[in-house]
Amino acid sequence: MSVDDQPIKKPFRWHILVFLAPAFLVYTAFMIVPLAGTLQLSLFRRIDQQLVYVGLDNFRMLFGDPRWSVNFWNALWNNVWFFIIHMLVQNPIGVLLAALLSSPTLRFRAFYRTAIFVPTVLSFVIVGFVWKLILSPLWGVAPSLLNSVGLRSLFAPWLGKEEYALTALSLISVWQFVGIPMMLIYAALLSIPDEVIEAAEMDGITGISQFWKIKLPLILPSIGIISILTFVGNFNAFDLIYTAQGALAGPNFSTDILGTFLYRAFFGFQLQLGDPNMGAAIATMMFLIILAGVAVYLFAIQTRLRRYQF
Amino acid sequence: MSRAAHSPARSAAAHAVLIAYTAIALFPVLLIVINSLKSRNAIFRSPLALPTPETFDPVGYTTVMAQGDFLLYFQNSLIVTVGSLFFVILFGAMAAFALSEYRFRGNTLTGLYLALGIMIPIRLGTVAILQMMVASGLVNTLTALILVYTAQGLPLCIFILSEFMKTVSDDLKNAGRIDGLSEYRIFFRLVLPLVRPAMATVAVFTMIPIWNDLWFPLILAPSEGTKTVTLGAQIFIGQFVTNWNAVLAALSLAILPVLVLYLIFSRQLIRGITSGAVK
Repeated sequence: MSVDDQPIKKPFRWHILVFLAPAFLVYTAFMIVPLAGTLQLSLFRRIDQQLVYVGLDNFRMLFGDPRWSVNFWNALWNNVWFFIIHMLVQNPIGVLLAALLSSPTLRFRAFYRTAIFVPTVLSFVIVGFVWKLILSPLWGVAPSLLNSVGLRSLFAPWLGKEEYALTALSLISVWQFVGIPMMLIYAALLSIPDEVIEAAEMDGITGISQFWKIKLPLILPSIGIISILTFVGNFNAFDLIYTAQGALAGPNFSTDILGTFLYRAFFGFQLQLGDPNMGAAIATMMFLIILAGVAVYLFAIQTRLRRYQF
Repeated sequence: MSRAAHSPARSAAAHAVLIAYTAIALFPVLLIVINSLKSRNAIFRSPLALPTPETFDPVGYTTVMAQGDFLLYFQNSLIVTVGSLFFVILFGAMAAFALSEYRFRGNTLTGLYLALGIMIPIRLGTVAILQMMVASGLVNTLTALILVYTAQGLPLCIFILSEFMKTVSDDLKNAGRIDGLSEYRIFFRLVLPLVRPAMATVAVFTMIPIWNDLWFPLILAPSEGTKTVTLGAQIFIGQFVTNWNAVLAALSLAILPVLVLYLIFSRQLIRGITSGAVK
């Protein structure tokens, strides 16, 4: 830091410090310090009004004590299912729509693109309630729509049934966010140079086989990116479940994911008091899960993907 | 330039799929807006019909206006969003300039440190953020929200803007230096105007999650005077759950501003995604 013990000709460049300081300070104070504070808090417990260091006891309780572990494993498994549905439904649909949109002769492209992205800009509160109303047996929009295609018998109050509720909510979330993979893949497809496509056409590879053999390998890095974005988003989700099903993530905790579990642990619900230290322990677990996902992506997936320079 | 012939059947199939998906994407939004303008009977009897002169009834909107303080919520959301946006863009652009323009010890490390937040959600620090806000007396103030959202928006902003600032010509900046402009003037007068399109893109990206966020308003500022539109709509709907007119009207009122903003900025947003994603 000291300027004068080295033979530097330039004076200390204060402007660099001035440019960096505001962002650095706000970011450190409201992002890094709280994150570190949360990790630290998870190692303490309040016993007789005193914060006591308990090591990994909170985590032992989270994994082993049935008061916590039943809910924790349930939330974790639900979260995994939430993620699986997104990977199996959202990303393939996104890729399909992007492939259709990127066809060079397609008309009304801007209209489709804008319209399909609309749900993504709506807030969870709107999305949660809108679908709650549509799926409500009281209103009858969903049954009458199914009736018009002769599938009336398939209707069930999906959000109210333990076995369907989580899947229904995952699909609602897919509906909301399909625009993001669509746009990213669309961008990747547009960046494939014309020469590559023309060469493929010379070799007689067109249409669907062109997509599988030429385009898909070229957009694999983007598929990697949407997968990790989906992962981080899903394991951090909270709002949709909270607006559609409340903090109790009903029916009978069947839609509970880590975000709603964290909220209940931290703030308490019904008769149970909130417990910041257990909340911090859950947040730490979410942090580790997301970190593990990002690490797998960075070291295992991203480095193995072949990148093509055009 | 010649292209392989595209059969009309294939293009018709593509349009069919896209139209079907567009309908799925827009139907729920249209359904809510249409029904918010109808009388209670019409909502239930024929939910899919457009409002006619006989079934038109703005009672939902009058209830919302009379019961909920939506103007205040709207104002709060606007203050929080614009305030956070201002700081994210200003601080983010300054930091991005420092990182892309100057070579100094710790440059890469600082860049990596600031990029951490792109992947790790700020929500995980909530427990400590709340304790900090309680300790500093900022609970139930819009300042608390602005500070948190600024920290949340900075990493991506710095990341995107520093990519763009690398493309600003060095000759231009050096010409400015020879003319005796200070580094601050070079930044504000020469570089900022040139990266304005990128700043608009970052602004749209930053704005949507802030406007739509429920978590932090719920935890940091749930008082009546500081509710944002998103939180206000959530609570209002929870209370009026059986008053369908009011619920539908509240939902429409929450949808419309976002939709209008989106339609204004959609070109910017799409251009931003399609240019930034390729890297």
